[in-house]
Amino acid sequence: MQSLIWLAIAIPLASAAILLLAGRRADAWGHWVGVIASSAAFLIGAGALMEMISEGGAHPGTTLTLWEFIPGSELSVDVGLLVDPLSITFVMLITFVGTLIHIYSVAYMEHDPARRRFFAYLNLFIAAMLLLVLADSYLLLFFGWEGVGLASYLLIGFWNQKNEYATAANKAFVVNRIGDIGLIIAMGMMFAAFGALDFTTVFAEAPEASTATLTAIGLALLLAACGKSAQFPLQSWLGDAMAGPTPVSALIHAATMVTAGVYLIVRSAPIFNGAPNAQLVVAVVGAITLLLGAFIGMAKDDIKKALAASTMSQIGYMMLAAGLGPIGYAFAIFHLVTHGFFKAGMFLGAGSVMHAMNDQVNMRRFGALRGVMVITWVTFGLGWLAILGIPPFSGYWSKDKIIEAAFVGDGWQPWVLGGAALVGAGLTAFYMSRLFFMTFHGKARWTDDAHPHESSLLMTIPMMILAVGSAFLGLFLATGDRFAHFLEPVTGHAEHHDPVIAIPVIIGLTLALVLVGTVIAWMKYGRADVPEEAPAGSLVTIAARNDFFQDSVNRAVFQRPGQHLTRTLVYGDAAIVDGAVNKQARGWARLGESSRKLQTGQVRSYALTMLVGVVLIALVIVLGGM
Amino acid sequence: MNPMNYVILAAILFSIGSAAVLLRRNAIVAFMGVELMLNAANLALVAFSKIYGHLDGQIMAFFVMVVAAAEVVVGLAIIITVFRARQTISLDEPAELKG
Repeated sequence: MQSLIWLAIAIPLASAAILLLAGRRADAWGHWVGVIASSAAFLIGAGALMEMISEGGAHPGTTLTLWEFIPGSELSVDVGLLVDPLSITFVMLITFVGTLIHIYSVAYMEHDPARRRFFAYLNLFIAAMLLLVLADSYLLLFFGWEGVGLASYLLIGFWNQKNEYATAANKAFVVNRIGDIGLIIAMGMMFAAFGALDFTTVFAEAPEASTATLTAIGLALLLAACGKSAQFPLQSWLGDAMAGPTPVSALIHAATMVTAGVYLIVRSAPIFNGAPNAQLVVAVVGAITLLLGAFIGMAKDDIKKALAASTMSQIGYMMLAAGLGPIGYAFAIFHLVTHGFFKAGMFLGAGSVMHAMNDQVNMRRFGALRGVMVITWVTFGLGWLAILGIPPFSGYWSKDKIIEAAFVGDGWQPWVLGGAALVGAGLTAFYMSRLFFMTFHGKARWTDDAHPHESSLLMTIPMMILAVGSAFLGLFLATGDRFAHFLEPVTGHAEHHDPVIAIPVIIGLTLALVLVGTVIAWMKYGRADVPEEAPAGSLVTIAARNDFFQDSVNRAVFQRPGQHLTRTLVYGDAAIVDGAVNKQARGWARLGESSRKLQTGQVRSYALTMLVGVVLIALVIVLGGM
Repeated sequence: MNPMNYVILAAILFSIGSAAVLLRRNAIVAFMGVELMLNAANLALVAFSKIYGHLDGQIMAFFVMVVAAAEVVVGLAIIITVFRARQTISLDEPAELKG
């Protein structure tokens, strides 16, 4: 099956092409084609995984070269796929969660006239994302990277008849371009330093390169990761990306695409291992984002935006872990997988709630939904317990490990990074409990036209499967460090280090903070009445509600100066470049204007001119001959 | 007789012809001037042919006659057309190509 892995990319891609080209004829059955294509990709991935496990031991990965892409003496790149534990983990996450979300979307998008187009884009996304994780060179990875950006753009703006949704799509696209520049610069520096872009050569030569080179490449890769994963300072697009249909938010903006940045960092481990400063920056960016996301999550009343802020914050955890080096890589990916399950499950739950409440997203108009939406309540609840990190649910196994790893090290780092991770856990507990209690508990604050009801089985079954994953996947993968050993060939073996505080103390502190956060949330939003209008709130609340004024900052720091720069350049172009050309042209025109007078239209004057000319030529010949 | 005299005669005829072209307004007269210049050139060619004992000049004279005959046909046709259009054959009248 590993040699057939290319089919996992080709089938969804072909399906996307069919759905887009077939037009309205495919409206009746197009969505099932999309589901089948995604399931086929999952089966191929599962076959490859089974084969890998049955081969046993530490699997180093197999490269599958498909064709020569850029043949050349200085730079030659082949199109090849790399099947190793890391990539197969992603393949499984993408295709499994992807297929469930496909099934969910069949019901969710039932009344949308453009459902077929929606499935075409979803399939396009699956193909591009698989290409991203399976590529065996940075160049091919870049193709997938851009492909998922395109799919994300198309799906955020899926309802582009609404102006603000189209703007949100453009914003996501533009911010992602900034990250892409980082990846391009990184590739350029790799080519300059190693003369190659494929993982094998780059990683083999990375240990010999200078620290400065590796740090520069690492920071450029971090910029790319920040763009794609909505990390500080490129986080502004993710909240607005919630304009897309909810299944899209679940698949692309929670479970898979936004984690591509973490994949990039972990995949580039050999580069970061040689650049401790770049690693530190990665960890700090992760720590900042995890706190920033948590604060925003606490203030938002829009259920999807609160979940988006939570996604940002959780990816911050992953980035933090990825920045810790070999001790963190496996946990970053571990948390990524469990997060993929519980966050996708909660987004689908949010979609189910919105479906029942006439697309209402304001949590202040929810409340008491547990009675009418039992399945959604239970599945969402399992996801909530998982993200809180309550043992034995998934999040506990992955997040706790990250917090422990963050406390490893010397000097100030473990205290700052570990402290951020620890505080983040308490904040997470507060904002997720707030979201959960506001939606499902308390008194009903529904709008008059809302008649909530449980969603159809087509929607609830994927939610149930994801809820089971949220509950038990962590325990299953953590038993005997199963997952960490599986990833070891890629992430490298990590020596055991003791954190600066004893592990039981860390676990105890984390759980205590989580409990405190949850209890405060229960007091404020579960037991007490929640006002239907948001109270004014403190300065911090107002700032967090406005995403810490990220848009205003971007506008003041980047957009305005950029506009001034371009205006100056336009003026310079008009005055200097165009000015020189136009002046010259005007000179020639004046010359033509004056020489025009020579044409009198008088035949006899022409004849005279001719005669004079002939006489002159004759004179020259005669005198010249003498 | 000195053949050089023919060359001098040719020069005189050429000057008369060019003066006719430059000074007369009547198209027919100017046209005759052109013919006179062509024949002057012919005379010069034949004279040089005689002086140098070479036949090339005489052959060239025949070509000039052929071209002159063709030119007369075209030229007179143009003059008639212009006359029909403007009721005049003055060379100074048509000045549409003035820049």
